[in-house]
Amino acid sequence: MTTAPEPHGVTEPHAHSHEHDEAAAASSRPKLAVWKFASCDGCQLSLLNCEDELLSIAEAVHIAYFPEATRAVVEGPYELSLVEGSITTPDDVRRIHEIRAQSGVLVTIGACATAGGIQALRNWADVDEYRSVVYAHPEYLKTLDTSTPIASHVDVDYELRGCPVDKKQLIEVLAAFLNGRKPRIATYSVCVECKLKGNVCVPVATGQPCLGPVTQAGCGALCPSYGRGCYGCFGPQDSANTESLTRQLVELGMPSDDIVRVYRTFNAGAPAFAAASDAVEVGATVRSTVDRAPEQGGVP
Amino acid sequence: MTHQLKDGGQVLNVGMLARVEGEGGMHIEIKDRQVVDVKLNIFEPPRFYEGFLRGRTYTEPPDITARICGICPVAYQSASTEAMENICGIVTTPEIQLMRRLLYCGEWIESHALHIFMLHAPDFLGYESVLEMAKTYPDVVKMALRLKKAGNDLMELVGGRAIHPVNVKVGGFYRMPTVAELEDLRPDLERGIEDALAAVELVAGFDFPEMEQDYTYVSLRHPDWYPLERGNEIVATNGVRFPVAEIPQHIEEFHVAHSNALHARFDGGTYFVGPLARYSNNFDQLSPRCQEAAVKAGLTETCRNPFKSIIVRTVELAYAFEEAVRIIDLWRDGHAPSVPIAPRAGEGVGASEAPRGTIWHRYCIDADGVIEDAQIVPPTSQNQASIEADLRLAAQQWVDLDDHMLTHRCEEAIRNYDPCISCATHFLDLRVKRS
Ligand code: SF4
Ligand code: SF4
Repeated sequence: MTTAPEPHGVTEPHAHSHEHDEAAAASSRPKLAVWKFASCDGCQLSLLNCEDELLSIAEAVHIAYFPEATRAVVEGPYELSLVEGSITTPDDVRRIHEIRAQSGVLVTIGACATAGGIQALRNWADVDEYRSVVYAHPEYLKTLDTSTPIASHVDVDYELRGCPVDKKQLIEVLAAFLNGRKPRIATYSVCVECKLKGNVCVPVATGQPCLGPVTQAGCGALCPSYGRGCYGCFGPQDSANTESLTRQLVELGMPSDDIVRVYRTFNAGAPAFAAASDAVEVGATVRSTVDRAPEQGGVP
Repeated sequence: MTHQLKDGGQVLNVGMLARVEGEGGMHIEIKDRQVVDVKLNIFEPPRFYEGFLRGRTYTEPPDITARICGICPVAYQSASTEAMENICGIVTTPEIQLMRRLLYCGEWIESHALHIFMLHAPDFLGYESVLEMAKTYPDVVKMALRLKKAGNDLMELVGGRAIHPVNVKVGGFYRMPTVAELEDLRPDLERGIEDALAAVELVAGFDFPEMEQDYTYVSLRHPDWYPLERGNEIVATNGVRFPVAEIPQHIEEFHVAHSNALHARFDGGTYFVGPLARYSNNFDQLSPRCQEAAVKAGLTETCRNPFKSIIVRTVELAYAFEEAVRIIDLWRDGHAPSVPIAPRAGEGVGASEAPRGTIWHRYCIDADGVIEDAQIVPPTSQNQASIEADLRLAAQQWVDLDDHMLTHRCEEAIRNYDPCISCATHFLDLRVKRS
């Protein structure tokens, strides 16, 4: 059973503009904090990987809390908090509320923070069993039975997708914040990026499965450009038609077990992917076009 | 963050270590100027990779295990692909191996540059971060960013992406880069060799505390090259050596109460993996230019001062640039990106040299390729006991410093290891207690 949350309404940054304006007036540069929960550090590393822009970013914002990069700790409140990672321990739950309380705009970065990450696979499993597979003394560990996104616990102003996030999108989010506007992030699918790049369609040309049709753009159609199907690391696009994609995967000859696993990777906890995988698991909606009623149409 | 205890003892606590990857802290307890307890606590929450790899198929670990660590995903991809290929009894082509080494050079460059300049150098120069350093040393910081970017560019070309490359699969790659694409990178890589060699001189000029330990250094070894994406055996400074397949017979993991990460023993004892181990076990395999740079920087063939790991890392950085250029020289178009592979029931091990030390994976799969059991042993788990031993020595050596300075020294002793706390999926809180 998944405990995936309701999709979280993304509000515009500066939802807390009143506080923000006051704090911004107090200092010449807005204070940025980077927080981490259960994650691989890849999304915050994306910020350090902005080699060409890093020094300008540090001029535009005051990096007030970012333990991976600096020992210095400047007290909150923070005008902008970037949060990486998912909530997996009782202490995390307490900490994210504290962070929300001292943050003006709170942006989650990456699949862990917006969908629970790969660690959300535990939501389908018996965590006690995981604990005993990995650890000789499971009693030493304090961990929750679920891995949940930040928005399941506190209000989030903007969610940036990807495992990892894309550098250019991250910079766009920072630029939008600094200019008091909404980030311009595409919500269409990876397929559109493929077309823009002039890629040959991977499933059509090679029969390899591809989650491109249901995955949100952002990577620049990376996998198809390297000759493999998209594996969904940017999570479901806004109006993902997973039912249609599932039918296509069946037609490509993919066994149900494989289809379930394909939806359950780094965005396993995203509601659309969770529901799609559950549907296949219980066999509720999966039928090939052969036994589908004609009025339902042909190949998706 | 010092606490006076009722019995007059004192605890030095660092809740959150800065400039390391992942989350940990330390606890040091001092009584009558004697360090009585030292603990590295890893509170990075467990993510249970070994648990949920069970039931997935043998082709999935390169994409999944990459997500253990954003800084060294290629190390996970390499060790897992090698393990699966060993189990399935296939040998890839020399070209696939060469391309894996090139991708790994990208990761070494990116990770070493990050650690040397962004995480470690500020300790020696007295800054809280590289961003502050940039005000006084703009040219050094610009060089650092350029070096790091060259590593990222290489990973993006060969791997498709710098973090969690998409182009790696069991059996090889989805697509080989072309000579023309690789040639585009040549100027930056050639400049990288020169920059990195200059950086060796620069870091050799830092002020190093006197501190040496008689570590058991453990690393991969290969007859023909400096170990990077693979080796053929494990060697240790105590004379023990054995093939990679036998690693599980010699390295045992165990679980301690104060940490979410497992500790490990090598033939029952504490050991040390990482650049110092790799260098001390394989000095002869470095290029003549890198050997010369090391000697000029004041190193001998073995380095036992953990603070000098920054010099060794920088020598390795130069080496990775040289290797990248050498591989590009050898590259020709038209090689098959992968070899076909089919599952076969069995158990196997794959090992590689992550920037911060030897990493190994062991899998059991069934005849359909379904994973029955997985074990992933990252460098930081293996080094935890050594880090604690260093912390104890450092704390004792600088016991008369005030708490602020002592804390600083102890944190530096930890950063010597470039500990990758996120990857210690199964990994550290600093506290000093005095009485
Ligand atoms: S979303 Fe992916 S890259 Fe980002 S922290 Fe999570 S695992 Fe790492
Ligand atoms: S193509 Fe899909 S899986 Fe590949 S990087 Fe893009 S979103 Fe991620």
